[in-house]
Amino acid sequence: MSTVIDPPKTSTIAGRFGVYGGRYVPETLVAALDELDHAYAEAKVDPAFQARLDSLLRDYAGRPTPLYFAARLSEELGGAKIYLKREDLLHTGAHKINNCIGQGLLAERMGKRRIIAETGAGQHGVATATVCALLSMECVVYMGEEDMRRQELNVYRMRLLGAEVRGVRSGSRTLKDAINEAMRDWVTNVRTTHYLLGSVLGAHPYPTMVRDFHRVIGKEAREQIQEKEGRLPTAIIACVGGGSNAIGAFYEFIPDAQVRLIGVEAGGHGEKLGEHAARFHGGSPGVLQGTYSYLLQNDNGQVSLTHSVSAGLDYASVGPEHAALHDSGRAEYVTATDQAALDATVRLARTEGILPALESAHAVAECIRIAPAMARHDILIVNLSGRGDKDIGILSREMSLKGA
Amino acid sequence: MPIRFIPKPQSRPGLVAYLTVGDPDLTTTRDIALAAIDAGADVIELGVPFSDPLADGPVIQRASERALRHGTTLGDVLAIAADLRRQRPDSGLVIFSYFNPILRFGLERFCSAAEQAGVDGVLVTDMIVEEAGEYLASLERHHLAPIFLAAPTSPDERLKRIAAVSQGFVYAISRTGITGTQQSLATEAEALVSRLRRYTDLPIAVGFGISNAEHFAAVGEFADAAVIGSALVRIIEQDIERAAPQEAPSSIGRFIEGLRTGPRAPVLQVR
Ligand SMILES: Cc1ncc(COP(=O)(O)O)c(C=O)c1O
Repeated sequence: MSTVIDPPKTSTIAGRFGVYGGRYVPETLVAALDELDHAYAEAKVDPAFQARLDSLLRDYAGRPTPLYFAARLSEELGGAKIYLKREDLLHTGAHKINNCIGQGLLAERMGKRRIIAETGAGQHGVATATVCALLSMECVVYMGEEDMRRQELNVYRMRLLGAEVRGVRSGSRTLKDAINEAMRDWVTNVRTTHYLLGSVLGAHPYPTMVRDFHRVIGKEAREQIQEKEGRLPTAIIACVGGGSNAIGAFYEFIPDAQVRLIGVEAGGHGEKLGEHAARFHGGSPGVLQGTYSYLLQNDNGQVSLTHSVSAGLDYASVGPEHAALHDSGRAEYVTATDQAALDATVRLARTEGILPALESAHAVAECIRIAPAMARHDILIVNLSGRGDKDIGILSREMSLKGA
Repeated sequence: MPIRFIPKPQSRPGLVAYLTVGDPDLTTTRDIALAAIDAGADVIELGVPFSDPLADGPVIQRASERALRHGTTLGDVLAIAADLRRQRPDSGLVIFSYFNPILRFGLERFCSAAEQAGVDGVLVTDMIVEEAGEYLASLERHHLAPIFLAAPTSPDERLKRIAAVSQGFVYAISRTGITGTQQSLATEAEALVSRLRRYTDLPIAVGFGISNAEHFAAVGEFADAAVIGSALVRIIEQDIERAAPQEAPSSIGRFIEGLRTGPRAPVLQVR
């Protein structure tokens, strides 16, 4: 059965990563995607736009974020030197704000004052609501009801910031369903509304644009590690939901062939379809929500349900640039199970006093797995994409702690 | 290619009837389609149910869920098409799908099977002209008409490109939005049709939100055909809800006959 198409031969849309990416959307949205593409191309080379973006990233969001040497964790694991890129210290508690400030300014530039967004873990929703408050824009966030339940704190935060949170009841009531609903809103209100998509997903130009807004992560990390160690790391590890924090961390290192790029997907609680969100382990190429990439699907091309303890990784597809990096072998994609992520959360909290988001804990888990067998001169950078405060409810339900 | 809209008395438009295949079940879908044809539908759009119908409103979402719950596949849709073609050699048959089920089936394999089944045309909701190179080549090899959507937001240069690659008919979306019934017909539709006319001699069918005889007659004033989807699917759903799914073919037949003989919209008489 042939499922791989080779569209670059015929596609006239930019935004292809190898064969992946493209633009598979209802016709109604094409004009808005073109408008966004043009606005972004202009903004990218507009010094005034860049200056405003840089200033907000610095003074409002808190960039640059530190690259922290995790001495105790490194010592305990007894192998590689471990550095943490502290995106968790950003305003609103995750890397998501980088993209939200960028797209918020673009929406302003396009004169669109109504913003819609989807959210899984709620971090993108909170960051969007925050930027909308800052720029005085109307904000509607779509969130699956299952995610509203498990990330309750973030639902309240969004409402506090003045956003309207609309629960989504279809499908598995998680991130994918929230994106469907956001796209339905967008197709209806496209003339006045900007869809502030939260990861490197969707139709062109989103995967490219969102990646560009997160490139700063890898740019800073590259300079910081040169400064601290005088050399590049052995590997960079990041969790991969849609893939925005990972591509942001990886991008500057892609030309450095000696640096391993390791993406960590949600292994969930089993290997059967429906028990995980490991697109590169159980998926195959397909089109979902505007883009051609790896997709968890059945033999009839119906999208599978997914599972992860972390709402932000619980998604059936993955950013198309990761699909290309996977196929070319430039990046490796591994999985961490729910349990490994929970264990890593506690371990990082107790060795370093840092509580990671459950998403980021998947990257920490892979670090814990591979660091001991590495040499003392090896360097691992873990992108700590967010902080774990939002997950206290899940953590307390999932495990009973000694001494807690 | 039997897609054609025969001019009707009193400028009533042609009718394209959308059905979600497998709702309530395959045999009933076939019988509903036969009833629709016999009541006067010119073209049947056989909708392939998809897990993530992001261009569809709640009515078609629910129909897709019901159809998927008992495992309706693209293969089933093609089998229904073949059956309909045997029984009604002259009516138009279009497969209406999201791209992924076709991609998974294999684009070339799908086109070949659709041709064998006697399908006339294919409409893929999330396929736009820029991405359609391979898709168009496959359709052409198998003598299938590519039907594209044109939207009120499509600028003229896009309408031109859409018209250039379309065959059979062009599907003009009446308003920005998802599928679903609505109270009044959007005023955007007429403007879009007149823009499209500049670029094509193909019949133009207007769809999205056409729910009753008044809308249907109103569309006839400026377009060649009307597409009715959610309104039909909702009628089928009502029969399912009252535990009489076997009634759906006659309910649909009656509704379509009512379109043909229903009163003209008063607003149009005033004009
Ligand atoms: C802290 C954190 N990390 C990672 C992710 C996953 O998204 P992405 O793969 O786009 O970075 C999320 C998404 O909600 C998140 O909140």
